[in-house]
Amino acid sequence: MALNKWSSVGNMRERQSAVLPQTLLGRFRLWLINFMNWRRVRGIARSLRGRPLVILVPILWFSIFFLLPFLFVLKISFAESLLAQPPFSALLHWSSDGILQLRLNVGNFLMLLEDSLYFSALINSIKVAAISAFLTLFIGYPMALGISRVQSSWRLVLLMLVILPFWTSFLIRVYAWIGLLKNNGLLNNLLLWIGIIDKPLPLLHSDFALYIGIVYSYLPFMVLPLYATLVKLDQSLLEAAEDLGCRPLSAFWRVTFPLSLPGVIAGSLLVFIPAVGEFVIPDLLGGPDSLMIGKILWTEFFNNRDWPVASAIAVLMLLLLVVPMMLFQRIQDRPDNHGNGLRNEL
Amino acid sequence: MRRPWFLFTMLSFGYAFLYGPIISLVVYSFNKSRLVTVWGGFSTHWYRELLHDEQILSAAWLSLKIASLNACLAVILGLFAGFSLARFGRFRGRGFLSGMVGAPLVMPDVILGLSMLLLFVAMQQTFGWPQTRGMTTILLAHVTFSAAYVTVIVQSRLVDMDVSLEEAAMDLGARPWKVFLLITLPVIVPAISAGWLLAFTLSLDDLVIASFVSGPGGTTLPMVVYSSVRLGVSPVINALASLILLLVTSGIIITGLLLHRQEKLQKTSEL
Repeated sequence: MALNKWSSVGNMRERQSAVLPQTLLGRFRLWLINFMNWRRVRGIARSLRGRPLVILVPILWFSIFFLLPFLFVLKISFAESLLAQPPFSALLHWSSDGILQLRLNVGNFLMLLEDSLYFSALINSIKVAAISAFLTLFIGYPMALGISRVQSSWRLVLLMLVILPFWTSFLIRVYAWIGLLKNNGLLNNLLLWIGIIDKPLPLLHSDFALYIGIVYSYLPFMVLPLYATLVKLDQSLLEAAEDLGCRPLSAFWRVTFPLSLPGVIAGSLLVFIPAVGEFVIPDLLGGPDSLMIGKILWTEFFNNRDWPVASAIAVLMLLLLVVPMMLFQRIQDRPDNHGNGLRNEL
Repeated sequence: MRRPWFLFTMLSFGYAFLYGPIISLVVYSFNKSRLVTVWGGFSTHWYRELLHDEQILSAAWLSLKIASLNACLAVILGLFAGFSLARFGRFRGRGFLSGMVGAPLVMPDVILGLSMLLLFVAMQQTFGWPQTRGMTTILLAHVTFSAAYVTVIVQSRLVDMDVSLEEAAMDLGARPWKVFLLITLPVIVPAISAGWLLAFTLSLDDLVIASFVSGPGGTTLPMVVYSSVRLGVSPVINALASLILLLVTSGIIITGLLLHRQEKLQKTSEL
């Protein structure tokens, strides 16, 4: 691998030096061309009069509708729950003698830390998300590898077939699994008919159904970034490994897998981060005792109407997800990796 | 490759896993029996029942309105953001913008929904607007998160695009807006239509964010589907799901074919 990298750099150097003129006059002409180029670039930059507006509109929009809301979440998480409209107390309060009072209620956070229900839900969410990411990788990796190895005319079709379910409704795809996993559902009927079991298995509302739902819904997110890294993989590296006596399996672990690590990490994060806060899948497929933090937030908000506690849960979840999110951002922003699956193939 | 059979098996298993549930869903929407899992013969009864369900129809109408408005707005916003990120080099605030565009892609829905709602409540307390939550608030929330997806698509297309086309036009004296309209825009049409379609389906599909920011008047299709799914599986929902699948799939296939033809035309004209 290292050899290949250096040889390509060497090629580039050769090409550049071939272009560089040797005579003084030639150098001067080159400098002149460069100078004119530079003036042209400056001219383009100057002529982009609409530029500030084009940048400003999205920055303003996302600041107001994406960033600002988090400040409100942080604020409400320090409020007290009230029976009012809206159901929380104000933090700042003018008392009659001209004193501005700031009341911060840390009770919500204390309760989250003391009540083991929330803590275990948080741990359980991380566990479920991590296992799901691993299972998705386990199923998605061979698929991505398979797609990257077929003829290029077939690749696009196969890739499109992976993306297509992602475009169709998420809720409907979860719903489809209810019909399959129910006690008198298709899967149980099939197993009964074959004779493997003699009474229906309680598949729905179990951890099994939960994992199936997450893996099924997030599989495209895993396959796309994996495919993007695998398809760029230089096949001659594998041939070289084979020539040197490496067996296919060991070539996979020593060459293919290490080189596809950016895709593995990007895909796993794309599954892990949203799965931690997932609500629909645990609610419709998961068991009653599998507590996930997204579902608890939903219950606190809609059933208990306790907006401050729901906000505190959101703050906690954000703190937990900030590190994986920044990792994801870093991978996405790598200049050599702008074709990071999601970007190119979506 | 030495092990094509292994990859082939995994591929077929993977596609069966992806499409099996969807196919079974469509098949059982034509089931005569009320029991979703017992085959009672072919019938379009549930489709007829669906057409008489006032609640579903009005929710579907609202969802379609929101989804198409959202797609148009998200494309404009995503075009602005994607263009800034791909063409303006390292301007001040680039990292800021790129971070804000990347975050909604992975942010859990419950957090997005809750934070948006608290923003709307605070806006109402301060400015008295929006007075009621419903279509407008859902639309604003949807535009924000689907514009992030559009940005990613547009940006990657612009990065891959040959800049020399734009430079040539500018050398020949075209003004920046003219360059954008005559050169850049036609080249990235595929990305824009893909972005529009994705924004449309994301909005049509969203349950969690809409539930948070909606008010009493605004019941969207996913909310109706969700509440009826919670009560149990119903063949009417199967019929509805099949229709949505048909709508989305045909939309994707038609745009795919059109874009394919356009690309072919471009290639032949280049020759």
